Amino acid sequence: MSLYASRRGANSVATTLCWVAAVFGLSWLALILGSLVYEGVRGLSPAVFTEMTPPPGSQGGLLNAIAGSLVMTIIGVAIGTPLGMLAGTYMAEYGRYSKLTMVVRFINDILLSAPSIVIGLFVYTILVHPMGHFSAISGAVALALLVVPVVVRTTEDMLLLVPGSMREAASALGAPRAHVVGKVAYRAAKAGLITGVLLAVARVSGETAPLLFTALNNQFWSSDLTAPMASLPVVIFQFALSPYKDWQQLAWTGALLITVAVLALSIAARALSAGRRNSK
Amino acid sequence: MLSIEPSRRELNGAGDVSDIALEQQASQSVIVERTRVLARIALVDRVFHQLTRAAAVVVLIILGGVIVSLVHGSWPAMQAYGFGFLTSQAWNPVTENFGAAAAIYGTLVTSIIAMVIAVPVGLGVATFLTELCPHALRRPIGVAIELLAGIPSIIYGIWGLFVLAPFLQSHVQPALISAFGDIPFFSTLFAGPPYGIGMLTAGFILAIMVLPFIASISRDVFETVPPVLKEAAWGIGATTWEVMRYVVVPYTRVGVIGGMMLGLGRALGETMAVTFVIGNAHKISGSLLAPGTTISATIANEFTEAVGDLYTSALIELGLILFVITFFVLALARYMLMRIEQKSA
Repeated sequence: MSLYASRRGANSVATTLCWVAAVFGLSWLALILGSLVYEGVRGLSPAVFTEMTPPPGSQGGLLNAIAGSLVMTIIGVAIGTPLGMLAGTYMAEYGRYSKLTMVVRFINDILLSAPSIVIGLFVYTILVHPMGHFSAISGAVALALLVVPVVVRTTEDMLLLVPGSMREAASALGAPRAHVVGKVAYRAAKAGLITGVLLAVARVSGETAPLLFTALNNQFWSSDLTAPMASLPVVIFQFALSPYKDWQQLAWTGALLITVAVLALSIAARALSAGRRNSK
Repeated sequence: MLSIEPSRRELNGAGDVSDIALEQQASQSVIVERTRVLARIALVDRVFHQLTRAAAVVVLIILGGVIVSLVHGSWPAMQAYGFGFLTSQAWNPVTENFGAAAAIYGTLVTSIIAMVIAVPVGLGVATFLTELCPHALRRPIGVAIELLAGIPSIIYGIWGLFVLAPFLQSHVQPALISAFGDIPFFSTLFAGPPYGIGMLTAGFILAIMVLPFIASISRDVFETVPPVLKEAAWGIGATTWEVMRYVVVPYTRVGVIGGMMLGLGRALGETMAVTFVIGNAHKISGSLLAPGTTISATIANEFTEAVGDLYTSALIELGLILFVITFFVLALARYMLMRIEQKSA
């Protein structure tokens, strides 16, 4: 009986600790989101979207930073997505069992979680240093390098989910391999592929470290890709560490905007892949 | 097109000679046309195949390029300081005397603090999600944790700077200092004035940041345990804790460790969450409350302001050290996770 009691005791201690851990962990995360919304909403106004980043002590918005983030993210995704999709296609369709695929899969998984600041250093040495100055395009390349592993991974995973019988059916009709991939496999995996791109956008839209010494920052509106360009995360970094209250408020608001965007993208990606799973 | 040909001939009857010649010519041109189309398709096929292959190779080239460019960039610093770079605490841009010891120490200490907090809590959350949580809440909480794992680290950083650091400074750190002030070892660990920012705060922020990773990976790994195994244990009267301890954990040990290493890889390389609250002081201090620095924070803070080739080169060498450390940690993590995937397949 005492053994039974001690086993039950150990069980209730352990399960209580798990409850505590869950409450502890989730409440920190809730706290972060809560204070982010509380602090961020206070500074939300139309000016945030219509005015440039201000000099210290005056009113302003985040327009150039938002635009810069959009431009660099779009270019980065536009460069990284085709590359990642082609590589993922090779791994799932052409060389599924080849040595190259095994090596690429392993390396890609490492790139997926490699420190992004190192990617920034890499782009600095291959683009910024030879060009002689910071530029938006090198920021976009840095983001593209972060997009690639995400897209490679999801493309491969999604194509592997397409049943082989569909490819065999297409091949039996005489369709060449490229058509089997393009007109059958891609179509069957379309929702998954879009999910991958959305996740990649979510991943890079908050990236700060690789932009610090590639795109740098710019207090003014700039549409010149060879000049430094502002981005939301870098502006947040600069403003949050400043002693000025106005800047700190803008940093909070910018942080809220990024979080909302990233969460919306992840939820959209999730809804897409869930819809696909249900329709099957 | 060819298949219509015979029927047309029948309709026309045998036809005269010129008709036949015309038809032969026509079928010849059809064949030529077909071979041309086929050749084009074959070419497209080959080109597409080679294109995808090239893209796969580019992924390898990116990694190779990162390594080569970092080694190339850090070459001047390597020549100037040799292996002493790893053990020297000096960081003096004026005299161009640099050492990585303080940054490496800070990186390791903050990551260890993060893992000490995040691993037990993360495993607790994962256990909670797979065994204890009411079914209706399982999916929402699981999804929420996965979403939180995707929040950019700068958000954690700004929160740490404005909310956590002042809170720790005014409430937690004075309590720690007075509580451990008289106990030998701990008195050095928690010595000094409560700055708010410092190694402990950075480690704590990192813990909150990697917690969703560890929790969601551990949950996924726990779910690979075949239900039959757990049911068998329950069937002979095992408690929930005993099922976890003697069935789930032994079955998933490799995967759980892999997940932890993945979290460690994140923590080691994390930049923005740490840079805000670490204090950026290039010295090794016994106290966890003292400001320090990490490799990534040093690079983020100083790279754009670095003047002189040697300064830049020293920072790039720091990046190389960070990359090598995380590469091995991540490679080990992936290897372990791969093993559990094969097991469940």
